[in-house]
Amino acid sequence: MAVVIEVKDLVKDYALGDVPVHVLKNVSLVIDRGDFVAIMGPSGSGKSTLMNILGCLDKPTSGTYTLDGIGVGPLSRDELAEIRNKKIGFVFQQFNLLARTSASENVELPLMYTDMAAAERHDRAAKALLSVGLAGREAHQPSQLSGGQQQRVAIARALVNNPRIILADEPTGAVDSRTSIEILAIFQRLNREDGITMIVVTHDPDVATYANRNIHFKDGKIQLDEVLAHTRDAQKDLESLSAQAAEELASV
Amino acid sequence: MNKLVVSVKIALRALLVNRTRSALTMLGIIIGVAAVIAMVGVGAGATARIQAQIQSIGSNLIIVLPGSLSSNGVRLGSGAVATLTEDDAKAIAAECPSVSVVAPSVRGGVQVVYGSNNWATTVQGVTPDYMTIRDYTMLSGQFFTNQDVDAAAKVAVFGETVVRNLFGNSDPTGQVAIVKNVPFTVVGVLTPKGQSPSGQDQDDVILLPISTAKQKVLGANKANAKAISTLMVQASGPAAMDQAQQEMEALLRERHRILEGQEDDFTVRNLTEVFAAQESSAQVMSILLGAIASVSLIVGGIGIMNIMLVSVTERTREIGLRLAVGAKTRDILSQFLVEAVTLSILGGIIGIVTGLAASALIAHFAQWSTQVSPLSVLMAFVFSALVGVFFGYYPARKAAYLDPIEALRYE
Repeated sequence: MAVVIEVKDLVKDYALGDVPVHVLKNVSLVIDRGDFVAIMGPSGSGKSTLMNILGCLDKPTSGTYTLDGIGVGPLSRDELAEIRNKKIGFVFQQFNLLARTSASENVELPLMYTDMAAAERHDRAAKALLSVGLAGREAHQPSQLSGGQQQRVAIARALVNNPRIILADEPTGAVDSRTSIEILAIFQRLNREDGITMIVVTHDPDVATYANRNIHFKDGKIQLDEVLAHTRDAQKDLESLSAQAAEELASV
Repeated sequence: MNKLVVSVKIALRALLVNRTRSALTMLGIIIGVAAVIAMVGVGAGATARIQAQIQSIGSNLIIVLPGSLSSNGVRLGSGAVATLTEDDAKAIAAECPSVSVVAPSVRGGVQVVYGSNNWATTVQGVTPDYMTIRDYTMLSGQFFTNQDVDAAAKVAVFGETVVRNLFGNSDPTGQVAIVKNVPFTVVGVLTPKGQSPSGQDQDDVILLPISTAKQKVLGANKANAKAISTLMVQASGPAAMDQAQQEMEALLRERHRILEGQEDDFTVRNLTEVFAAQESSAQVMSILLGAIASVSLIVGGIGIMNIMLVSVTERTREIGLRLAVGAKTRDILSQFLVEAVTLSILGGIIGIVTGLAASALIAHFAQWSTQVSPLSVLMAFVFSALVGVFFGYYPARKAAYLDPIEALRYE
């Protein structure tokens, strides 16, 4: 399989007052195209910092990071923005949708920073909303949507630019357990059918069982990197829920 | 272009979300622009009024006064001695190429009687050229002719103030009034000119042929029957003023046999120059008014900066999100800059309308003439847009250089 992410000897230090804090200590990691990786670990273990670097939002103190064949180390602020725009989709714990803005326009946001014509933007946004099961809700504003629907709008926004990877930081942290399985089902489908590499940071061991690879962080180092022999299928779990639960789900 | 339209749309939406705040922020610019337009209008109106007064004196005018003679070391002021004569006037008309018209005059105070009314006024003995030189027009009747001057005819042209005081509302043309015990036939009435730049009533005057005035009314100068009190000269154009002045000075020195090194026995004054000084002082006033009003425009700009800074802080997460999904520095910069400029331009447009209304109200209620030029409207508009750019840049820059991670985490 083709390598999407290659990280070598990644070091990240923060100067907290006079005391330097070593957040990442020589992390090396290879993620293949089509991987579904769950990154776990206690707070302060460095997993969020790694996510920021993988998302091209932050730069490492030393070490190299190659994304889809591009060494991102020497890139400028605006060049990194370009990379984020073309290759990465973000899903946040708090959704981060623009208030008083329709679902469709929220999804279009990454395309606003390209040269795409308005008609094509609308078209792509409609397709992305369709693929997360929100067809017909294009004109709804975030306040008119449930938490699960809001997170699905956010996922549509992450995939509207056809990214190589989707980075999700605690994507199920703000929704109930049924909705979280639903979100994971969407992730698995995008991962299997569209070949998008998924990287999910989570506290929840249950969520990690839907990934095919788990990476545990501790004290800025990879403590454990395991490929799961058995990955749970979120769609099957959903189907096995009771008929009443399925009904409730449909009304979400 | 596409991106600019998008930026304007985003900006308008952001401004509509906080209607009250946007309106209050704009108010600063509205007041500033309105103040600039109204104040510059008042200033321009004052300048225009002074210009009209200068026009009423006549254009390209030079005045030659006799006097300033030194006798036994005592220097007398101008006009003290009768050194200018009608012959000087004729010589200037004949020999100075830069001079187009010459009008000699004598003047004096008289009492004039018509029926049971009487009035104290000024008599000027003049020639028909005087009418040309002062740009007089006739309200009724005719000006007297050169034949009247040659014949020392007892005809008079009245100013409007004199007419009002002696005849009331009836037309005096053809009537006979008594000027210093001499009956004169009124042949015409001058169109009113109003106040002179120095504040004199230019219509409180009676014009007589210069010959008649000397012989019958004012009395000829004993030493020199041809002496005149003032010589008004019109140069052939605005550019010829200095040239005409020099030619006259040289000619008069020669005719009066003044040796080199001796002082002139006459005074030449460029009237237009004297009153232009008044005009420029009015212009200084209008610039001053404009400058004071501009201060309020700048204060309005600071209001915009203040609100934009608040807005950037409030929308930190939104900025973080936009940066994360690929907005470049200039995208965020232009978004907030467009927002600030939209505020200031909208405020500018409303301010222009308010300013026009205010200057119309000032003109109506304070009875001041105001003049709003299209240029000052354009300037106010451009200036308000520049205020938006200038005061919007710092907040926009602050937004554009936010750290996306911190911005996303901002509560």
